[in-house]
Amino acid sequence: MLALPAVAYLTVLIGVPVAVIVGYSLLSRARFGVGVTPPVTAEAYVRLLFERRLDGTLAVDTTYLQVIWTSVSLAAVTTVVCLVLSVPVAVWIATRPPSWRPLLVFLVTIPFWTNQLVRTYAFLIVLNDTGPVNVALTGSGIVDEPLSLLYTDTATVVGMVAAFLPFMILPIYASAERFDFRLAEAAYDLGARRITVLRRIVLPAIRPGIVAGTALVLIPAVGAFLQPDLLGGGTTLMIGNVIQQQFTASRNWPFGAALAVLLLVLTLVAVLLISRPIRRTGAVTRLLR
Amino acid sequence: MTPAASRPIRGRPSGRRGPRRRVDLRAFPGFAPAAWVVLAFLYLPLVVVVVYSFNANRVATQWDGFSLEWYSRVFADADIRRATVNSLRVAAVATVVSVVLAAGAAVALQRLGRLGNRYALVIIGAPLVVPEIVLAVATLAMFVAVDVPLGLLTVTLAHIAFCVPFAFLPIRARLADMEQATFDAAADLGADEWRILRRVTVPLLLPGIVSGALLAFIISLDDFLISFFVAGPGATLLPVYIYGQIRNAITPAVNAVSTLLLLLTVVVLTAAFLVGRTRSRKVLP
Repeated sequence: MLALPAVAYLTVLIGVPVAVIVGYSLLSRARFGVGVTPPVTAEAYVRLLFERRLDGTLAVDTTYLQVIWTSVSLAAVTTVVCLVLSVPVAVWIATRPPSWRPLLVFLVTIPFWTNQLVRTYAFLIVLNDTGPVNVALTGSGIVDEPLSLLYTDTATVVGMVAAFLPFMILPIYASAERFDFRLAEAAYDLGARRITVLRRIVLPAIRPGIVAGTALVLIPAVGAFLQPDLLGGGTTLMIGNVIQQQFTASRNWPFGAALAVLLLVLTLVAVLLISRPIRRTGAVTRLLR
Repeated sequence: MTPAASRPIRGRPSGRRGPRRRVDLRAFPGFAPAAWVVLAFLYLPLVVVVVYSFNANRVATQWDGFSLEWYSRVFADADIRRATVNSLRVAAVATVVSVVLAAGAAVALQRLGRLGNRYALVIIGAPLVVPEIVLAVATLAMFVAVDVPLGLLTVTLAHIAFCVPFAFLPIRARLADMEQATFDAAADLGADEWRILRRVTVPLLLPGIVSGALLAFIISLDDFLISFFVAGPGATLLPVYIYGQIRNAITPAVNAVSTLLLLLTVVVLTAAFLVGRTRSRKVLP
């Protein structure tokens, strides 16, 4: 009985909105663009792949396919970078004396909980033409002219890596902490080289963490909004930006709703595929303890 | 300790925890510096915002000497004060309500078996799974559909919803650490359900409730996207204000506001960390 208020509340504030957004995606654009109106139509979903010409015929339009492709590929690059950066950190923390580890994990968690907007716009300063990176590069004579780093896909990826890195480090650490490093010692005793130990002993042992971390980075990164918005400067749109635009400047709520439904379906499919390995690592629970 | 003493001694049966393993420290050269570089990268944006909040130059992206001027401007600015008050109010209400909802759910879901509460766990976890942009526009769409005017009320209702799982998980974790025998003992001694809840469950849960509340508070304070969509023009929250400012130009004043926000988050987090430490000392062997 005590669970009832929470369940009822979340049903109304999460379940109902999701149902409403599905409904909105199947209606028509309202006269002034705010909200929706009958009749029921699948036009918004047609728009994902086709453009309607003036005479009413359909022509294939790959604009939004490209948006989805951009979102997935930038998210994938972000995930790979996070993975490469996280393994050394996670394994290093796991090999510290047990009394150090909570503090080091806490150091990783602080940025994770601090304001993502602030952490993202900070890169507007960092990557600016007169910002610290360019000052260092020109000052040391590595480059003559300041590099234009901002408003590029690279800037977006840098921002996303900074935002999502803890999601990769923490689950890998959760796996690495459970790994008995005496097994690595045993491998050395049997004559294995370092690279072999890393590849054949340590990496397989932390695989559940890697799988969980990949999901925890990849899935939210596909729907990222702030990083492409602020650091990409609107030059490359990700699906989150297009959804925001449809609900604000472009005023096409049914189409924005259809994109939101698409993103939600992609997310749920990914979550269902991956939920078991994630639960096994206990990564999410550990994050919040 | 001499180097020899720190090395694991072969042939000795190692205890359950094993000896301190210094060998693996040397096992992957380059991991330690790499770890420090990555940690530095994680803190780089935070450090930059804090440092540039003391910048004397009006253009925040150009360093021009140290100044505290922007902090005095921040405290004098009526818009910033209003946004801060809005944010703190929303976060306070969202924290209290979400913790009450979450604590009730955690206690109830602990006692029912596993079958009946599948839906409950899915819906409580939903805010963690649904992409934030989707939740934002969906919540907006619902409020528009039922014709509720956007304002502090709508944004508070939305914040409560996504705070629940963050309050729920630490409380649930704490419950999982507790032993059924404690409750059985209370029942054997004649306490009824209500008395057990009041005198046994809640006091034991308190550290979980406190860390859940702190996390919910931070999550509410940090939210931008959902607030952006459902707050409405009259109810600007601090992150929405910051976003509006940086769209024009990053001024040191924005960095000063952000620094204060970061400071508050770090203080709350440290409190949560310390509460968590006392917890694990007392409950776990």
